[in-house]
Amino acid sequence: MLPCTGRIDESLLLKAFENGADGVMVIGCLEGDCHYVNGNIRARARVERVYNILEQINIGPERIRMYNLSAGEGAKFAAFTNEFVGRVEELGPSPINLARSNGSKESEQEVQAT
Amino acid sequence: MITGTPKPIEEILEMLEPYDNIIVAGCFGCVTVCRVGGDKEVQVLSSTLRLAREAAGRKIEIKEVCLERQCDPEYLEPMRPYIEDYQAVLSIACGAGIQFMAEKFTKSPLLPGINTGFLGVTERQGEWTERCQGCGDCVLHLTGGICPVTRCAKSIFHGPCGGSVQGTCEVDKDVKCGWQLIIDRLVTLDQMDNYGKLKPYKGWDSSRDGGPRRIIREDMV
Repeated sequence: MLPCTGRIDESLLLKAFENGADGVMVIGCLEGDCHYVNGNIRARARVERVYNILEQINIGPERIRMYNLSAGEGAKFAAFTNEFVGRVEELGPSPINLARSNGSKESEQEVQAT
Repeated sequence: MITGTPKPIEEILEMLEPYDNIIVAGCFGCVTVCRVGGDKEVQVLSSTLRLAREAAGRKIEIKEVCLERQCDPEYLEPMRPYIEDYQAVLSIACGAGIQFMAEKFTKSPLLPGINTGFLGVTERQGEWTERCQGCGDCVLHLTGGICPVTRCAKSIFHGPCGGSVQGTCEVDKDVKCGWQLIIDRLVTLDQMDNYGKLKPYKGWDSSRDGGPRRIIREDMV
């Protein structure tokens, strides 16, 4: 957890996918309500850039999304999380995870064959 | 600074097709400032390439480095011990840096990760505009600090030409007429007499017309 979404940069978001995430949800404070003035606005721009990168490399841009919530909106947080997780489950494993599971199946078959 | 723009990922992936382990090399100079080839861009590009290649079923190993400058020999030397352990280097420095690295490490294929742009300035975050073409014979003292070589689409020396309409250049409605800017500035500075002092013709031998240029400062060699 980061104290401000303004600390998030593109490489951090991409690392999450490299580390096996099927989807990444970024939750920042409400726009206009950032303690550090514009951290969440910066984060929005960075999420958009990662969205474009994921689109270009066919990972599926809908696997990343930014939400804005205040600390007092617990019920909304739960609803947004369920919505996002539901959507990622519909999409299935990311192409990275598919490639990894195919790779491990192939190596298992190779071991069995030898 | 020297500006640049990222090459499309597709184009970079095509360049990398023959390779499975590479170095992605950034530069802390100009390309860091215009956010196309610094440390952060090295990290983002490397992650992007690893993800794209793994999703396509063929992993790529990447060593991420960012050099102080790729256009000075002393900053390239630290790469010498390990550069040949990798099949190629994808550099996101400017064209000068990439070429200098290619000269110093002749056994390593060098690939450009950006398209180098121009000598320019930052108008605002994300917007850069050209100011200098390095013609080698500066006349800014006569033109109110505005370069006719760069700011005039035709690089003419006694403008504005007939294509100047209400301060706008005929090549693009978003481009201001360089000569209108010069005249306006000279009027503001009360230096319109400079207009007549401009050289009858400009010698272009100090520009690109004589091929690749060289500066030798005898006092420093």
